[in-house]
Amino acid sequence: MSFDALILVLDSTIRLSVPLILAALGGLFSERAGVFDIGLEGKMLIAAFAAAAVGAVYGSAWLGLGAGILASVALSLVHGYASISQRGSQIVSGVAINFLAAGLTAFLGYAWFSRGGQTPPLPPSGRFQTLTLPFADAVRDVPIFGPIYSTLLSGHNLLVYLGFLAVPLTAWIIYRTRFGLRLRAVGENPAAVDTAGISVAWLRYRAVIVCGIFCGLAGAYLSIAQSAGFVRDMTAGKGFIALAALIFAKWRPWPLLGACLLFGLLDAAAIRLQGVSVPGIGEVPVQFMQALPYILVVVLLAGFIGKAVPPRAGGVPYVKER
Amino acid sequence: MTKIRSRTRGTARLPAWLDYSLVPVLNVAAAFVISGLVVLLVGESPIEAVGYLVYGAFGYGEGIGFTLFYATNFMLTGLAVAVAFHAGLFNIGGEGQAYLGGLGCALAALMLDRYVPWWVTFPVALALSAGFGAVWALIPGWLSAKRGSHIVITTIMFNFIAASFMVWLLVEHLSPIGSMQPETRTFGPGGTLPKLDWLFAPLGIDIGTSPLNITFLVALAACLLVYLLIWRTRLGFEIRTLGHSPTAALYAGISPVRITVIAMMISGALAGLMALNPVLGDQQRLQIDFVGGAGFVGIAVALMGRAHPVGIVLASILFGALYQGGAELAFDMPAISRDMIVVIQGLVILFAGALEHMFRPGLTHGWSLISRPRETGEAGRPKEIAR
Repeated sequence: MSFDALILVLDSTIRLSVPLILAALGGLFSERAGVFDIGLEGKMLIAAFAAAAVGAVYGSAWLGLGAGILASVALSLVHGYASISQRGSQIVSGVAINFLAAGLTAFLGYAWFSRGGQTPPLPPSGRFQTLTLPFADAVRDVPIFGPIYSTLLSGHNLLVYLGFLAVPLTAWIIYRTRFGLRLRAVGENPAAVDTAGISVAWLRYRAVIVCGIFCGLAGAYLSIAQSAGFVRDMTAGKGFIALAALIFAKWRPWPLLGACLLFGLLDAAAIRLQGVSVPGIGEVPVQFMQALPYILVVVLLAGFIGKAVPPRAGGVPYVKER
Repeated sequence: MTKIRSRTRGTARLPAWLDYSLVPVLNVAAAFVISGLVVLLVGESPIEAVGYLVYGAFGYGEGIGFTLFYATNFMLTGLAVAVAFHAGLFNIGGEGQAYLGGLGCALAALMLDRYVPWWVTFPVALALSAGFGAVWALIPGWLSAKRGSHIVITTIMFNFIAASFMVWLLVEHLSPIGSMQPETRTFGPGGTLPKLDWLFAPLGIDIGTSPLNITFLVALAACLLVYLLIWRTRLGFEIRTLGHSPTAALYAGISPVRITVIAMMISGALAGLMALNPVLGDQQRLQIDFVGGAGFVGIAVALMGRAHPVGIVLASILFGALYQGGAELAFDMPAISRDMIVVIQGLVILFAGALEHMFRPGLTHGWSLISRPRETGEAGRPKEIAR
């Protein structure tokens, strides 16, 4: 593969891994606080729809982003109410949210816009446009460094940079702030947090809301930054890939970045390698590349390559008194 | 689910008959009320919609045939989820297991349909669809029991792996040479299951062109067998024990690994059987994504039917009616597309599953107000305080 082709693959890797990073970071906050969330997919989907719908009607990318975040947080609160206040099964609630989002987006999209479930194409003001970093055009012809800077690093939209900045920010919050310490504690031993006089429920609600905000960003990225509108089932399993990346990273921010980039690279390579014969292996079926993240997670969870241990209180509702 | 239920044991109790009738009815009612609000949101009348829906599902013979055809799918996938529930396992992989079951029965039909009548193909297809489904559930079951993988995550991943695998098989290997369609060739009469018009004709119901076929009877038999298995056999007792308390099961000498694997295999086999209905009973060929979400509807059906075969039959007929009536509804009221069913499905899972206990404290309080005069004060009171 030539250098230019490599840059192109890496460039699409970055674009494809941003929604994974954002959604997986959301899942990290929620699951570190002890609330399992298999509803990342649903929250991304409803955010993608709300962002595209509002963006198309009002022609503003920022309004769209806000609507996406609001819709996603609303579903987060449903999940929080079911799993924190009502102490219901977090898995069942997550499944319900995925269906709710899949149904609502298709149903409302069909009824409101009469385009078979799509939203109208967005005007340029309704989308996040690509940003060009300073001097990107000037250094384009410099060997090696030029393409890296002007193609790989420059020329993405705002949410891409936000996604990558969110990783160190999350690491700092989780490991260096009081909120982060308490968040991790409530996921491991909520009784101890409760004994210290801190509300377990309120802490978990905050974690779930943060998760909603991140999923909202991820969904909005799909519909109003990466593409120019919403199509049915737009997330197409990305929420589950993000969940897989979260598990793969063992619920830690920096490995999470690595896992998302890896899965993004697999996706980019699958598109690139379609029908291409790899020396020594022959033609790799594109379906195999698509299934690879899922296979890797199964193998990891089975403990064949390291061991993924979830937060200890994850999935268990907290009962204050017995 | 059993684990969730046990958490409310500390509080005052509702009588069992109320707990098994009013609570699920209220939960499902809440789901439908919110669905009605969603219909209002797009400016249509929910009451009018229900009218079209009920007529489309039950108003004429062909509608009934379609309703029961869809119900067949949901009965089998619902039973699959329920059997796993009883063992304390949440099998979200019904979709993938049914997909693989489809491969099993399609292979049986492709091998035999040109040489033998349908009743020879049928048992082979039955065995292969159940077997393929069971194997696809066996792997997550074994990984969970032996290696400690999270069964929910693993079964979700297996759905995606199954989807990729089947697309690859259909595109690269199973579609006839020269065909661009990712599907197998159409089976002959030896790979076609008979319709059930003879069964319904004496009742005065003409099922018309609906694809209702003998898989419906298979599903009913499976309901009976699951009932007998869970409540009348030693294995069923072991499954329920594991579901209620894994430590008690271990203490009683029940092997959690063995029971987990067996329960998952039964669950997968039931999901796999579902494939008979669309593949051999309706389309006579294996198509991409023929399961169409039926594996997931099974989750709603099992939760709504409280993992009991009788409840599952009722819940699957309700969902069958939603599928069939929903298609009619989309024709009569174009603003209400069939996606409404997915919304209802999500709400049913939410209210009958995750928010199962929302109405119980209120009901319990109401019941205690009604029933108090009958209880003598001294008997009831101190116990409450002691708790």
